[in-house]
Order: sequence, then structure tokens, then C-alpha cells
Amino acid sequence: MANVEDLIICEHCNCVYEKAVLSKHQKTSCVRCGGVLQRYNGLTVEQRLALTFTAAMLWLFANFYPVMSISLKGLKNSATLWDSVLALSDGPITFIAMVAAISIIIAPAFQLVLLIWVLGYALSSRRSPGFKLCMRWLETLRPWSMLEVCLLGAMVAVFKLAGMLDVVPGIGLFALAALSLMLIRIAGRDVRDLWDVL
Amino acid sequence: MSGEPHQCPRCDAPLHRYKPNSLARSWAFMLAALAFYVPANLLPVMNTTMLGSGADSTIMSGVLEFWEHGAWDIALIIFIASIAVPGVKFVALSLLLITVQRGSSWARKERSKLYRFVELIGYWSMLDVLVVALVAALVKFQALGDIEPRPGILFFGMVVVFTMLSAMSFDPRLIWENPQTEEAMDEIISR
Repeated sequence: MANVEDLIICEHCNCVYEKAVLSKHQKTSCVRCGGVLQRYNGLTVEQRLALTFTAAMLWLFANFYPVMSISLKGLKNSATLWDSVLALSDGPITFIAMVAAISIIIAPAFQLVLLIWVLGYALSSRRSPGFKLCMRWLETLRPWSMLEVCLLGAMVAVFKLAGMLDVVPGIGLFALAALSLMLIRIAGRDVRDLWDVL
Repeated sequence: MSGEPHQCPRCDAPLHRYKPNSLARSWAFMLAALAFYVPANLLPVMNTTMLGSGADSTIMSGVLEFWEHGAWDIALIIFIASIAVPGVKFVALSLLLITVQRGSSWARKERSKLYRFVELIGYWSMLDVLVVALVAALVKFQALGDIEPRPGILFFGMVVVFTMLSAMSFDPRLIWENPQTEEAMDEIISR
């Protein structure tokens, strides 16, 4: 019987396996249900923390610069992510503004704050205060963080408006593109490796 | 489970053999989503006023508009994200829930894959909500041109949220609940 520390349970079907040591681009899957068990984690704590700070900067750019601007017969207007949330908040549909705010602003922000907090302490091989809670929230937040959907939405919006007026993508859109890709990398499943290292 | 700790000693999360009330919750969220799906598609999601003349548009009319203007690729993206994905989720989740309730051992691996696929595509339906939000925030020129969200988008967002909650409440391990048949075990061992 292998040591408990070396075992991994498939979260999709409860099959038990011994953990494997992976090299680059490798992953292990469950033979019974085909789900992914482990994925190679190519990032050290330092690298992940550095990328998280970069992502935090991008979050600021994505939120404080307009995602795009339009002009119609000399009139100009631009919108940030927050403006789009506000546009939904009028009238009886306010609730959907909250959902939008969570999915494109609040959830990504929380993910970044939690990552910085947890990884900052991990740098000195310590568990941050509230480590357990933070790690569980990172797991809970992931499905509600929808920046990549927002990115596709911004592109569709460009095409939707391009027929009626002039559309210019703003700094916010480029920051959004980079940020959405980075979040997939840094806030993914493999953060859970911290449980074993710390 | 009596006598065992009800909290994970490592991460403090509550422990349970399967997600609590998995099937009942999953059904409830899905039926709620199904109820919202009707007004989401019938009610207008936004109103476009250009030079004084206004027009409401539903999700489907938005797709058709792109299609008629020759932008078939954008039309396809919106159609898949807004209409096909929720539809596929309703069918797939019902299939998973019914087969699990019947204790079926049919195509377990494929059903597991189907569940992971549903989880993967789930949140892309938010696309239309975010498009309407961005467009409504941008086009604010009073009489010259104005775009406003309409209640349909609220119901549509609810469909997305509730189908996501339904998929999250479902426990894929229930698919594997009944003991393996002899052949299936042999198949695994022989690999």
C-alpha cells in the first residue's frame, strides 16, 4: 500500500491512483472516466507571483482605460468595463448588472488579490494567514470569472457597431485580451500544488 | 459517516460522500433555467434608436441581422453561444440526471465526458449579456442614436447562471455509483 501522500483520487469518478511525476507537456488521465488527474505545472512560485503582478497591472489598465470608443457625426463616446456594468443597472434589470460586475470585474480582481496574498507568503515557504479559506475561494471563483467571454463579447460588439458608426478599440481591450489569457494560466487548477509544497 | 470528521482536516471544507442533494438541486436549477429560457428568447434584449426611429431586437433577430448582412461568422458565434449552448445544456443535463436516477451503467465514460463538456461550455452563453452591456454603454447620443438594454437580457442572464448552478450541483461521481460489472473491470485491468 502506497503512502497516502502519494495517492490521488479522480475527482470525476473516485478512482484511486498513485501520483506520477510529470515532465513538460505531460498530463495523466483517469483510465476509467477519461478525466484529467494531474497536469504538468511549469511555474515556480516566483514565476507565478511575477505573472500575477503583471496580471494585476493589466487589470488596472483593463478597468481604467476605455475598452473602445465610437464616433458618430462628430460626437464621440467611450466605455470602460464599469460603464458597461452601469449600462445594465438601469430599471428593473439591475440584478444582471451585478452578475456582469462579478464576472468581468470583481471575480478576476479577487482571484488576483488572493493569488498575491497566498503566493507572497509561499515565497518564504510559509502558509499565509487564512490559507485554507483563500485556497478554497480560488477554487470557487474560477467558474465565475469570465474575462475570456468578455473579450469575445467586445469583438462581437465591434462588428455589431461597425456598420452604424466608427469604432476604435482602446487600450482597455488590449489589456483585457492579455489579462484573460494570463488568468487562465495563473489561476488554473495547478494552484492546488501549494497544498503539497507548503 | 457518523463518527468521522465532517470537515476536511487539511482545508476545512465540509466533507460529504457526494455533493449534498445533488440530483434534486440539479433538477431544480435546471427547471428554473428552462422557465427563464422562454422569456429570454421571446422578450427583446435591447432597443436601438437611430435618428428618432427605434426598434427592439431579440436574441434571434440579432443573429438574423448579422446573417442577412453577410456576417455569417459572427451570426454563427452568437447563435452557438446564445441559443445552441443553453439548448445543448438542457438536453445533456436531463440525460445525465435521468440515467443516474435509473442507475444506468450505459456509456459511463461517455457520460462523464459529456458532463465535463457541459461544464466547459457553460459560461460562454454570457456572451450576449456582455455584448449588450458594452454596446449600451457606448451608444449614448440621445436623439441621434441610443441603445438601451431590455428585460430579455435579465432573463437570459438568469438562464446562464441557473444552468451553471445546475451543472455545479450535479455530482459526476454518481455516474459510477453502481458496482462495476465483471467485463468492465476486466477491461480496465487489461489496459
